[in-house]
Amino acid sequence: MATKATSAEVSDEAGGGEVRRRDFLNIAAVSFAGVGGLVTLAPLIIQMSPSADVLAQATTEVDISKVQPGQGIKVSWRKQPVFVRNLTPKEIAEANAVPLSALRDPETLAQRTKPGKPNWLITLGVCTHLGCVPLGIGEGENRGPYGGYFCPCHGSMYDTAARIRQGPAPKNLFVPDYEFTAPTTVTIGAKGK
Amino acid sequence: MSFSWAKPYEPKSPFMRWLDDRLPLPRIVYNATGPGYPVPRNLNYFWNFGVAAGLFLVIQIVTGVVLAMHYAATADGAFNSVNQLIMRDVNAGWLLRYAHMNGASFFFIVVYIHIFRGVYYGSYMAPPELVWMLGLVIYLLMMATAFMGYVLPWGQMSYWGAQVITGFFSAFPLVGEPLRIWLLGGYAPDQAALTRFFSLHYLLPFVIAAVVILHIWALHIPGSSNPTGVDVKDEKDTLPFHPFYTAKDGWFSGAILLVYALVTYFAPNYLGHPDNYIPANPLATPAHIVPEWYFWPFYAILRSFTVDFVLAAKLWGVLAMFTSILLLFFLPWIDKSPVRSGSYRPVFKRFFWLLVLDVLILGYVGGAPISPFRTALGQAAAACYFLPFRVILPLVSAFDTPLPLPQSITDSVLHGEAAEAAPAGQTKSRRGSVAPAG
Repeated sequence: MATKATSAEVSDEAGGGEVRRRDFLNIAAVSFAGVGGLVTLAPLIIQMSPSADVLAQATTEVDISKVQPGQGIKVSWRKQPVFVRNLTPKEIAEANAVPLSALRDPETLAQRTKPGKPNWLITLGVCTHLGCVPLGIGEGENRGPYGGYFCPCHGSMYDTAARIRQGPAPKNLFVPDYEFTAPTTVTIGAKGK
Repeated sequence: MSFSWAKPYEPKSPFMRWLDDRLPLPRIVYNATGPGYPVPRNLNYFWNFGVAAGLFLVIQIVTGVVLAMHYAATADGAFNSVNQLIMRDVNAGWLLRYAHMNGASFFFIVVYIHIFRGVYYGSYMAPPELVWMLGLVIYLLMMATAFMGYVLPWGQMSYWGAQVITGFFSAFPLVGEPLRIWLLGGYAPDQAALTRFFSLHYLLPFVIAAVVILHIWALHIPGSSNPTGVDVKDEKDTLPFHPFYTAKDGWFSGAILLVYALVTYFAPNYLGHPDNYIPANPLATPAHIVPEWYFWPFYAILRSFTVDFVLAAKLWGVLAMFTSILLLFFLPWIDKSPVRSGSYRPVFKRFFWLLVLDVLILGYVGGAPISPFRTALGQAAAACYFLPFRVILPLVSAFDTPLPLPQSITDSVLHGEAAEAAPAGQTKSRRGSVAPAG
């Protein structure tokens, strides 16, 4: 308003819908500041994602040489429990005998284990309902009617392939990425075949 | 303010005049809580819970700030800093900690009564819709603050509460799991989650205080509602806030502090859960995870979905839980009744008490271990919770025949006994009992 329009420009008060030079400057300045403001938010947001030290714990090596058939161990990976279970031939047969149509989250045991290692069932020990740790990995714990795992919180029952069979949980126990880095060593968290 | 009869502020001394010209803070206080704010003369005790809630916010901030001087927000040290250092070693630490623990519960108790008072007396109806909505914002902030505060002692319930509640977010398809990891700063609750919860737990009460100021500001435009729901007509219907309501709020604050002190000293753990005195263990779940009592009704709604229907049952539960609160924001537009106060809405009144009962049942179901009976009860109660908003309330506001309203607030207070009001403060008003004039 205070500036004088040159003869080449339209007057500042022009109401005819014409674009003034000042409009362009305003839009450019506010857009620049707006984009800059948004970019400033980026570090504030990404600082909340897992930090390097948390990601450094992304893999855990597990020695499975001492786990006999029928036994299981509970290990900690990314601060979450992982169940490593050595299935007996009977348990494998039970899992394979279930028709996929009877499952809430249809998956075969073969899809949930590595080729040639159908007896090693490795899953997160985190119930897919609300995140409790199911029972059944330790010696003498309640494995529920399907012989796998039993979550005491809300009664979810998993079978010998750790698939949900009954109760409120929507999904099978999650199978993490893992690979056999040696015949008796499993690296959990490693993207393997 | 919109009251022509509100006493104007007149600075008494030269200093106050000088100050008023430069920083009119005394003027604001006078107009907010002094004779500059005329209040309906017939408020009953349910109108004291707002000030009581403010009192507990102050108690929480004061005890919280001093507790933070001793608390260590580390996954290894948090449990001991609370249960060894603060509870045993710090002078008066046990008292401050118990006061903070139970202060949260009492904050919720008075806020729940405050909310139900607003529903019963139609305090949310136009014009103060924004007062109601800002109040709900405060309530949501309180829930976030209380949840994060409960995580800080890093006991078993703290840890598994954090696991379950952040697990809500993983119910959302696609974005859910990355969102949960982002919120936690890891794959499970750990150091990163604990530190950020502590930071936010310290910040949010001040955000609450700011919204409280907006809440009171918005309230003071139309002025306080009252048990008859009849608008203030003239000065006779009001009393200046000070000294009348400052005195009543003062006495009531004393009374509720007495109850608070009794619980804090003699039953400090009654409202808590014993499992939180076990250090957090990421590899073992407590047999029965429950949130703090003030979340039980919502926890019951969350758990009442057990069958997948298009979406996963878990997602339905989470959506229903959020909706149960978000619906309240629309209450001013769902309820179209021409009459404000529940005292004069016979059908509405019955449904109001059914809603209270329903929320109590949900609370019981949410706090108790799961059983087939309780699941069914919770499902029925959850359905009943949503029914009022969708069906009953619009019908009730259309078909309820209101009782005759009193001519004015003065009329209702004096029960038509005297045409002329007795001097303020000497009326024999029977508080809370508002007989319909007729």
